[in-house]
Amino acid sequence: MTDAPLLEIRDVSKTFGSVISLSGVSTTVHAGQVTCVLGDNGAGKSTLIKILSGVHQPDGGELLLDGKPVRLGSPREALDAGIATVYQDLAMVPLMAIWRNFFLGSEPTKGWGPFRRFDRATAIDTTRRELLEMGIDIRDPDQPVGTLSGGERQSVAIARAVHFGARLLILDEPTSALGVKQAGVVLRYIARARDRGLGVVFITHNPHHAYPVGDRFLLLNRGKSLGDFAKDELSLPDLTRMMAGGAELEQLAHELERDPS
Amino acid sequence: MTTGVTTAGPDERVARAGLAKRLLLKPELGALLGAILVFVFFATLSDVFRSASGVANWLDPASTLGIMAVAVALLMIGGHFDLSAGVQTGTAAITSGLLTTYYGVNTWAALAISLALCLAIGFVNGYLVVRTGLPSFIITLGTFLMLQGLNLGITKLVTNTVQINNFDKIIGYDVLRAIFASEITIAGADFQIAILWWVVATILGSWLLLRTRFGNWIFATGGDPNAGRNVGVPVARTTISLFMITSFAAWFVGTTQIVRLTSIQAQAGFGQELIYIVAAVIGGCLLTGGFGSAVGASVGALIFGMTSQGIVYAGWDADWFKFFLGAMLLLAVLANQYIRRFAEQSRR
Repeated sequence: MTDAPLLEIRDVSKTFGSVISLSGVSTTVHAGQVTCVLGDNGAGKSTLIKILSGVHQPDGGELLLDGKPVRLGSPREALDAGIATVYQDLAMVPLMAIWRNFFLGSEPTKGWGPFRRFDRATAIDTTRRELLEMGIDIRDPDQPVGTLSGGERQSVAIARAVHFGARLLILDEPTSALGVKQAGVVLRYIARARDRGLGVVFITHNPHHAYPVGDRFLLLNRGKSLGDFAKDELSLPDLTRMMAGGAELEQLAHELERDPS
Repeated sequence: MTTGVTTAGPDERVARAGLAKRLLLKPELGALLGAILVFVFFATLSDVFRSASGVANWLDPASTLGIMAVAVALLMIGGHFDLSAGVQTGTAAITSGLLTTYYGVNTWAALAISLALCLAIGFVNGYLVVRTGLPSFIITLGTFLMLQGLNLGITKLVTNTVQINNFDKIIGYDVLRAIFASEITIAGADFQIAILWWVVATILGSWLLLRTRFGNWIFATGGDPNAGRNVGVPVARTTISLFMITSFAAWFVGTTQIVRLTSIQAQAGFGQELIYIVAAVIGGCLLTGGFGSAVGASVGALIFGMTSQGIVYAGWDADWFKFFLGAMLLLAVLANQYIRRFAEQSRR
C-alpha cells in the first residue's frame, strides 16, 4: 500500500475564537504504518485528534480517506468510516467484567422479541479470542477491568477498536500515564495492530516511545507544523532535540549550569 | 505460559485465580450468608419460626418489600436513588381507590390510570435527573415530599378522612383478589400469592440485569456514564427506564396493598423508601452504583422479613427490630466495601 494513503491530512487549520489552535498541518497515514504526532502541551495535538475523530470540523484544509475528501461530522461518522479513537480515559467501566466492557454499546444478541438477550457465550469467546490475537494474555474474561494494569487496559481498548472494524486507530497518549515496563507492553500492541494492517496515529510527547515504533513523524509546536518526516529523514537525537525546542533547550541547559566559581 | 492455547473451553489457569476470590466478587454472597445466619438464629430460638405457618408469616412482609427491592436495586446499580418509591405505592393505591369508590370509574380503567400516573412520575423523576444532572437524591426528595402532600391533601379533600375504604365493593374485586391477594395453601399454611410475584420479579430482574443488553447498559450507566456514552450506550434512556421500572413496581405493590386490605391510608408507603434501599444495600448494591444484584436485593428483603417476624416469635420486644436492621445494614456496607477493594486490588 504505497500509492494512496489510508488517510491524508492536507493543510488543516482550526481556530477557536481568536486562538489559532492549528494552522496548515499536513501528514499522511498508510495502512500498516504508524504515524506519530509529537508535541509539547498546547501544541495542538488534542485539536488534531478531535478533528480526526469527528468531534471538531477543520476550518481550513481537508481530510482525504483512501484518496477521497471526507467530512467527519460526528464521532459516529468517524467510527463508521473506520476511524477509532482510544482516548486517555479509555471509555471502560472499571467495575464491569472485561467481556462486558469489550462489547459495551455494541452487544451481540440472540433470540427474538421479548426473549432477545445478550449473547454471553459469543461475547466471552470473542473477547478471549480477540485478546489472544493481540497477544494479550488474560486469565479470565470475567474479571473486572479495574483489576487490570494500566497497560493491559490500553491493550483491551485497542483490541476492542480493532474488533469493531477500525482501519485507522488513533491513540491519544496511551503511554503517558504508564511506567516504563507497562509502556513497553502498549508499544508492543501498537506494533501488533500495525502488523495486522491497520493505520495507526500515535500521539505522544515522548520521542523515546515514538521513534522505535513510528514510520512517520509529525512535529507540532504552538499549533504549527515543525515538519513531517519519514523515519529515514530523522534520527532519534534529531527528534529529541526538535521536540525539546532545540535552541530553547540549549539556552535552558546554559542557564542551569553552575557558574564556575 | 503458552499464548497459543485453543480458545474453546475454559482457560486452565482460571482455577489458580482462586475460587474464594471469584465467589467474593458475587455481590449477593454476603447477603446469602447473612440470611442463613439469621434463619438458623431464629429457628433455634423458636419452633414456630421454622413451622410452615411461621415461614408463610415471614415470607409475607419479605414479598412486597422484595418486589420493590429488586426494582430499587436495578436503579441503584444504574447509579440512582428513588426516595419517592415508597409514597408512590400510596399514590397508586389512593388513585385506584378514589377513582373506583368515589368517582365510579370502571375498575380496569382506574387501574390503568393509576399505572399511567405512576409511570409518568417515574418518567419525570428520570427526566429531571438526566436533564439537570443533579443528584437523584435531591430530585426524588422533592417528588417524595410533593407526592406525600398530594396523597394526604387529595384524600382529605375528597373523603374528609385520611383513609379510603370499601375497595372490596367495586366491580371485579374478585378477579383483583385472585391476582393480587389470594392465598395458596401448602403444608397446611396459607402463603400469600405476592410471594410468587416476588419470585417472578427476582427472576425477571436478574435476567434483565445479567442476560440482556439493557442490563449491560445499567451497569455502565451506574459504573461510568461518560465511558458508556463514549461507546454509544443510551445513558439517558437507560436512566429514565430504570425510574419507570421502579414506578411500575410501586404501582404493583400499592395495588397489592389496597386489594389485600380493601382500604388504604393516605400516608401509606411513607418511610418505606429507605427500607427498599436498605434491602438493596444488604443485597450487595454499592451506593455509588455500577455493582450489585437483583437476587441479592431479594435476599436482603428476606432477611428483613425473617428478622421482623423472628423477633416477635422469639418473644422479644419489637423495638429491637430497628436496632437489628441497622446493625445488618452497617455490616453489609462494611462487607461490600471490603469486597470491592479486594476485587479491585487483586491484580495490582
